Amino acid sequence: MRFAVLIEVRLREGLPDPQGNTIAQALPALGFQQVTKVTVGKAIRLFVDADSETQARATLNRLCLELLANPIIEETEVLSLVAS
Amino acid sequence: MRTRQALNAGIVVFPGSNCEHDVALALNSVNVTTQFVWHQSCSLDGLDLVVLPGGFAHGDYLRPGAIARFSPIMKALVDFIDNGGVVLGICNGFQILTEAGLLPGALCKNKGLKFLCQNTKVRVCSNISPFTANLPIGTELDLPINHFSGNYICDTDTLNELESHGQIVLKYVANPNGSLHDIAGITNLDGNVMGLMPHPERACDELCSITDGMVLLNSLVHSLDS
Repeated sequence: MRFAVLIEVRLREGLPDPQGNTIAQALPALGFQQVTKVTVGKAIRLFVDADSETQARATLNRLCLELLANPIIEETEVLSLVAS
Repeated sequence: MRTRQALNAGIVVFPGSNCEHDVALALNSVNVTTQFVWHQSCSLDGLDLVVLPGGFAHGDYLRPGAIARFSPIMKALVDFIDNGGVVLGICNGFQILTEAGLLPGALCKNKGLKFLCQNTKVRVCSNISPFTANLPIGTELDLPINHFSGNYICDTDTLNELESHGQIVLKYVANPNGSLHDIAGITNLDGNVMGLMPHPERACDELCSITDGMVLLNSLVHSLDS
């Protein structure tokens, strides 16, 4: 089976996020006072071939740990996994 | 005892490295012979020193150093380190060493979100490794920095270990990038691997206006000679 996947990579809570802070500071001047707590990460789309969803998730876990994120500073979440 | 002329350094070149020639010139000026080692090579045999130079290995895609970690040369580098070989990672080389787990911690985007390109003062905080063995603690060096991701971060336990084992070699006098405890350069526990964000190789000629890089490289070469 082939699964279409969307993975979010984000900074761990409490680590400095200068990109998020810079965007947040620009918001009032643009009239978006109601938008707060901006953080910036990465969204990565990919396909994975596997016999089952469980096997696909196991592959993705390893991929996230070994390449897509640096576990010291980042965490990952599979936002979407759909058989295609 | 080795003679100075016998020292032979390998400079690992990744696609996107751009400081390898500066490093070679600087090392040649302290009588170290150099050779470039392509990242797909699998051997570091016969070398006294290996340098991972600055630049943008593999385009810095994903994170600086994230892809370089999987280059074939990295297995040879691990073996080289395990056998006591001395490795210096400068800027992007430092980022590669942390990504590969050969140095603790990680390097995040600068606090001010600016690419920093300036001379900056660093202070020698430890001289138990060969890199600064010949420099008194407190020595201040004027060195250039040139990076976007130089903000060193690690957890509290790691920081305590770095402090207690004398692994923090260089600290910024005026922190330019938000780096934890003003850290500019660290070693591994065994003291044979060092990563630093400043570029000593760019401060080795009067034409560069500052020459303190030569002080650091001379210290390292003197240690390797003896």
